[in-house]
Amino acid sequence: MNFSEVFKLSSLLCKFSPDGKYLASCVQYRLVVRDASTLQILQLYTCLDQIQHLEWSADSLFILCALYKRGLVQVWSLEQPEWHCKIDEGSAGLVASCWGPDGRHILNTTEFHLRITVWSLCTKSVSYIKYPKACQQGITFTRDGRYLALAERRDCRDYVSIFVCSDWQLLRHFDTDTQDLAGIEWAPNGCVLAVWDSCLEYKVLLYSLDGRLLSAFCAYEWSLGIKAVAWSPSSQFLAIGSYDGKVRILNHVTWKMITEFGHPATVNNPKIVVYKEAEKSPPLGHLAFPPPRAVAGPLTSSESKYEIASMPVSLQTLKPAADRANPRIGVGALAFSPDNYFLATRNDSIPNAVWIWDIRKLRLLAVLEQLCAVRAFQWGPQQPRLAICTGGSKVYLWSPAGCVSVQVPGEGDFQVLSLCWHPSGDSLALLSKDHFCLCFLEMEEGVHTAFGQRGDCT
Amino acid sequence: MGDWMTVTDPESKTISQYTSETKMSPSSLYSQQVLCSSIPLSKNVHSYFSAFCTEENIEQSISYLDQELTTFGFPSLYEESKGKETKRELNIVAVLNCMNELLVLQRKNLLAQENVETQNLKLGSDMDHLQNCYAKLKEQLETSRREMIGLQERDRQLQCKNRNLHQLLKNEKDEVQKLQNIIASRATQYNHDMKRKEREYNKLKERLHQLVMNKKDKKIAMEVLNYVGRVDGKRGSWRTGKTEASFFLRNEDEMYKILLNDYEYRQKQILMENAELKKVLQQMKKEMISLLSPQKQKPRERADDSTGTVISDVEEDAGELSRESIWDLSCETVREQLTNSIRKQWRILKSHVEKLDNQVSKVHLEGFNDEDVISRQDHEQETEKLELEIQQCKEMIKTQQQLLQQQLATACDDDTTSLLRDCYLLEEKERLKEEWSLFKEQKKNFEKERRSFTEAAIRLGLERKAFEEERASWLKQQFLNMTTFDHQNSENVKLFSAFSGSSDRDTPTLHSRSRQKKPHGVPSGSPVCTSKLTKSLPASPSTSDFCQTRSCASEHSSSISVLNITPEETKPNQVGRECAHQKWSMSSRPGSQEVCYSGCSSTYTNSHVEKDDLP
Repeated sequence: MNFSEVFKLSSLLCKFSPDGKYLASCVQYRLVVRDASTLQILQLYTCLDQIQHLEWSADSLFILCALYKRGLVQVWSLEQPEWHCKIDEGSAGLVASCWGPDGRHILNTTEFHLRITVWSLCTKSVSYIKYPKACQQGITFTRDGRYLALAERRDCRDYVSIFVCSDWQLLRHFDTDTQDLAGIEWAPNGCVLAVWDSCLEYKVLLYSLDGRLLSAFCAYEWSLGIKAVAWSPSSQFLAIGSYDGKVRILNHVTWKMITEFGHPATVNNPKIVVYKEAEKSPPLGHLAFPPPRAVAGPLTSSESKYEIASMPVSLQTLKPAADRANPRIGVGALAFSPDNYFLATRNDSIPNAVWIWDIRKLRLLAVLEQLCAVRAFQWGPQQPRLAICTGGSKVYLWSPAGCVSVQVPGEGDFQVLSLCWHPSGDSLALLSKDHFCLCFLEMEEGVHTAFGQRGDCT
Repeated sequence: MGDWMTVTDPESKTISQYTSETKMSPSSLYSQQVLCSSIPLSKNVHSYFSAFCTEENIEQSISYLDQELTTFGFPSLYEESKGKETKRELNIVAVLNCMNELLVLQRKNLLAQENVETQNLKLGSDMDHLQNCYAKLKEQLETSRREMIGLQERDRQLQCKNRNLHQLLKNEKDEVQKLQNIIASRATQYNHDMKRKEREYNKLKERLHQLVMNKKDKKIAMEVLNYVGRVDGKRGSWRTGKTEASFFLRNEDEMYKILLNDYEYRQKQILMENAELKKVLQQMKKEMISLLSPQKQKPRERADDSTGTVISDVEEDAGELSRESIWDLSCETVREQLTNSIRKQWRILKSHVEKLDNQVSKVHLEGFNDEDVISRQDHEQETEKLELEIQQCKEMIKTQQQLLQQQLATACDDDTTSLLRDCYLLEEKERLKEEWSLFKEQKKNFEKERRSFTEAAIRLGLERKAFEEERASWLKQQFLNMTTFDHQNSENVKLFSAFSGSSDRDTPTLHSRSRQKKPHGVPSGSPVCTSKLTKSLPASPSTSDFCQTRSCASEHSSSISVLNITPEETKPNQVGRECAHQKWSMSSRPGSQEVCYSGCSSTYTNSHVEKDDLP
């Protein structure tokens, strides 16, 4: 495992291009595009103000920089550095901006969610979509980029509109039986739309592409409901994390619940491996794992390793404040591995732990208990490898073979707040508050075995 | 008599007093006085009795006594008067008889009194015991009653608590209901408020929209250097009413196509899954049939077996199915048939398995021990064999190693080693010679000792023989003196010895005895004897003969000595044996110890055995 040198960064804006060739990062008002492998600067663009949002077009030819404060969007072309485009939303303001799936359209949401403007880079045409709903996840494209589903709110009722992305024609428009729609998400196959209600009510509705209601699911009433939803990459399962600290998995045939994963604070099953992160004093012997550069790094941050805890294990729980909004309870993050085999979840009342479930056997496989609260986790796009960061100077990797904790080298404390995988799964960008670096996972034979061994022994 | 009077109850006294009062006794006055004083002290009584009869009132007292006695049913003290006028005379005999009777009576009374007293005591103690018991029981009763009261109290309290808890539960339930109602009402209120707010918000939004969007904000614009081409390379087409409709239709078509594709894909998957499952089912069926049919052959031969008919049905079905399975299996009737047949077979299989289970459990219960033992024996044998093999292999390895080492040693430096070895050999030879001579000397000493011992033993034997003969003669005399008993005895002995002779191995104690007898019975001591006694030697064919002869000999000797073996008699034998033991311990050899254990006491044989062992 190798680390690149540390580069400057602001607002955690650092993204790999979809084709994996480039890496775009923002430093204040400058946009830097590097070669993803050599990290040489290929282009440097200067925006009008501090960049607040960054997005690659699907064909990796354009980069969108949103300057929400000024209500501006600037688009840069990688092929023609002199080409530029500036979209001004004027007094209507701007709160969100995103690419259309073809990479030739930009969807801008105005302030107060008054409307969504669809700008085209090919023609002068501008389309408006009225009444978009201000919600957690109100806009979703199918994976093939054909359709856009949009949550709307009209006359105190929730609607979903399905647009054809090629010409922004409305295809279907139907009302949903929700009190206060909170999010929508297409299944990866693009044929089923999951719609869920706000946390006040547990309700998931599944619609077909043509607007038919396929099924509705409600696990319980009178209590806080859904917190997070995730589709499996095969569209076979829909995992629903809720405020009762459970994940419920629906199947795609009957849309009924297959199983329920609880997240108890004590794990007492010898089949489950609980990896507990433990600090260790640094000068104990030489280590094969963090490379020499890591040793040269600061001694202030102590190294850590994983230990397999003996059963029963009681995990550190957080007592939620009952009188505040958005209590820290329930399953707030969940993600399927790209091969559908694993599901990683985090229960917000046990913030230090990541739970990894085996979907083939529908049971808990492993629990990783970190020393700090888990900030983010993301599956590697090619292999079932989970990268976790906790806001400390380490990055954690789990694979079915085991798990490792890797110290990020560099001067000062590099606090990993976020991370994103290279599309090939070979490297990983680690983002801190004002720096980023790349972590290369050279999965050659030797390193791979070391990884495995390390995982086994720790 | 006086004592008797004193211990009687006052009541009976008064009665007697009463009876005596009817006839005025001369001393009645006095006696009454005594009674009135009611101090029946023995002294007083004594004095009273002594004052009963005086010189003057003999006649009166006699008559009084006579009266008294007659009233009590005794014969009169006076002689029977022949005539009226004649004065009655005192009959001394009658008096004495009376006295005697009175005394007897008194003794009886005393006895009775004693009995009564003891009974009284017993009863008293019984009474005490019972009273104690009663008290204890009463206490117990009290405590249990108290306990019961306590329990009742607790029960009452618990019931109270229970009632309270019930009440609380009810309250809680009510509360929950109330809260739920409140939540519901709040929710509706909240929703209502939300709607109102949202409406206001929408109005504002609309207004804002109008204000912002309709102002023709010049700022809202896109500056672009030049428009880029579309991804698909097509050029954007202008939309008209017509084209829009066609676009819409095209989009619809596409959407349905996608949906159809999805459904087709899913159907294909399901079909594949189904086909696989069918395959598995078919295979299972086949295997079931093949598994079940040979086992059921026998029961079917019995004709009346019901399962057999079922099986044949099933097989027919199966045949049909297999024929039909060539065609598509998804037909409903076929499906039904398939499921039915599978169900049937499953039932049969289940019953069969259950039967087998039962059998197995039975067999397990019955034959558990035997099998286990057998297997263990086998196992042990096997392990023994293996151990032996291992031993052999080890030895082989050792010898090989030794040979190798020798070879190596010889190979490395032949000359010096051979010389050295020679030296060593010479030294050793000398040492061995010395040892040999020492050993020979020792042996000589041993032999000497042994000879002296044997001589002593022989002498002892001779002495014993003489003693025995003496004893025999003495016993003979005795025997001749005694007649009947001894005869029987001798007969018994004869039987006994005969029995011992016939079943040699059943009575080893007897044998030892008879063997002990041997030396003086047959003093010459044939060499056959040794062959019997030393089991390590090959058994000679004459052993059985020997047994018989020995029994005969013992019979003979017993007939002479009548076999009254007293401890004194056996002692010399024991001494002899001890001698032999000591000797053996001195010249103990592994082979000869067995001989020692065979319980032989005859010195002669011992010496003989030893002779055998000598080189």
